[in-house]
Amino acid sequence: MHRFAKPSVFLNLTAPILPWLSVLTAILIAAGLYFALIGSPVDYQQGDTVRIMYIHVPAAWMGLFCYVGMAVCGAMSLIWKHPLADICARATAPIGATFTALCLITGSLWGEPMWGTWWVWDARLTSMLILLFLYLGYIALVNAFDDPERGSKAGSALALVGAVNVPIVKFSVDWWNTLHQPASIMRMDGPAVDPSMQLPLALMILGFTAYYFVVLILRVRLELNERRIRALHLSGMFDDRSPQTNTGKQSYDAGHNAEAKE
Amino acid sequence: MNGFLAILQRDLRLALRQGADSVMVVAFFIVTTTLFPFGVGPEANILARIASGVIWVSALLAAMLSLERVFQTDYEDGTLELLTLSPVSLELLVLGKVLAHWLTTGLPLIIAAPLMAVMLNMDQDGFITLITAMLLGTPALSLIGAIGAALILGARRGGVLVSLLVLPLYIPVLIFGAGAVEAALLGISATAQLQIMAAILLLALTATPFATAHAVRQAME
Repeated sequence: MHRFAKPSVFLNLTAPILPWLSVLTAILIAAGLYFALIGSPVDYQQGDTVRIMYIHVPAAWMGLFCYVGMAVCGAMSLIWKHPLADICARATAPIGATFTALCLITGSLWGEPMWGTWWVWDARLTSMLILLFLYLGYIALVNAFDDPERGSKAGSALALVGAVNVPIVKFSVDWWNTLHQPASIMRMDGPAVDPSMQLPLALMILGFTAYYFVVLILRVRLELNERRIRALHLSGMFDDRSPQTNTGKQSYDAGHNAEAKE
Repeated sequence: MNGFLAILQRDLRLALRQGADSVMVVAFFIVTTTLFPFGVGPEANILARIASGVIWVSALLAAMLSLERVFQTDYEDGTLELLTLSPVSLELLVLGKVLAHWLTTGLPLIIAAPLMAVMLNMDQDGFITLITAMLLGTPALSLIGAIGAALILGARRGGVLVSLLVLPLYIPVLIFGAGAVEAALLGISATAQLQIMAAILLLALTATPFATAHAVRQAME
C-alpha cells in the first residue's frame, strides 16, 4: 500500500485505467437505465413510481459507501500519514454529499405519491439528513484552514467521529418502527426484491460505484496537479528572473517519500 | 490526578474572575426560550406541549455557543502549547477543562431550566425527569462539543464552523433528552430514555477525551 503513497505512481497507474473505467461506467449506467425505465415490469401496487427506486437505492448506497470510504481514508491518513489518503478523503466528501442529497430528493419525490407526504421525521430519513450535515461539516472544516494539510487532518478526525452515524442509518429501519420500509436487499435470507427488478438495481448500483471511482480518480489527479503547480510557483519555476529546469515527476513527489523505490 | 485538579481549579478560577461568561450563557438560554412564545403564540396548552423540546434546543445552543472558550483563549496565548508539552497526559487535562466547562455552563443551565419550564407552563410531573435528563445530558454535550472546539483551533470563522460540526453530533442527546421528559409528562416511566442517556454519557466520557486530545495535538503541530 505504501508503494502507492507516491503521487507519480498513482498518476501512472490511473492514467490507463481511467478511460476503461469511464466506458464501463457509461455502459453500466446506460444498461441500468434501459432496464430500469423500459425493460422492467411496473410494480403491481406502485405502478411506474417504483422506477424511482433505481436511482434512490443506489444513491443511498453511495451516500453510505462514500462516508465509510472517507472514514477509512481518514484513519489511513492519521495512522500511516499516507499522503494520498488525505487527498482521497477530501475528494470523496463532495461526491458523497451529492449522492446523499440525491437520495433525499428522490426519496421525497417517491414519498409524495406513496406516503402522501414529501417528508416525515422518520428515523431513516432523519439519520440520512444528519449524514448530509456531517458531509457539509467535513467540507466546511477541511476548507477552513489556510494550511490545507491541517484542514485534512482535522477533517480526518471529524470523519472518524462522525462514522458512528453510519450504522445508525443502516439499522435505523430495524431498530425503530418506521414508515420507511425495512431492508429488502442486504438481508440474511436473501433479497426480497423480485428478480426482474434486481437486475436493473444491481446494474445501477455497480454503475454508480464505478462512477464514483471515475470522479475520485479525476479529482485526485486534479488535486495533485494543483499541488504541483503550487510547488512549481513556490520554487520560482514561472519566475523569469531565475529560470530552472526542475521538471519531471520529481515535483509531484516533492515531500512525499520521493526517494522510495517504485 | 494533580494535573487534572490543577487545570480544573485554574479554569474555574478564570471563569469565575471573568464572571460574565456563565451569566451570559444562562442569559442566552433564557432569551432564546422566551422567543418561542412570541413565535408560536402564548396559548398555554401549546407551550406546555413543546416546553421540553424548547428547553432542550435552547440548552443545546447555549452549550454550543460557550464551546469556543474551552480552548480558544488558551490556544491564542500559548497556554495550550505548554499543556501539550507537559508530562501529564493530555487526555486527563482535556477532561479537566471539559469538567470546568460543564460546571460553569451546564450546571447553571440545569438550575435555570425548571424556571423556564414553569414559564412555559410545563406540567410539574416532568420537572424531576427534566433535571435528571439534563444532569446526564449536559456533561455529554460538553464532552462531545470539546472535540469540535479542538478541531476548529486556528480555523477561519471558527465560531460558525463549530455549530456545523457539533450540532449533528448533539442530536442523539436531544432526541432522548426530550423523549424522557415527554414520557414523564405522559405518565410513562422514563427509565429507558434515561438509561440510554447514561450510556451516551459513559461512551462520551471514555471515547471523546482521546479524540479531543488528538485534535489539540494536531492544532499544535
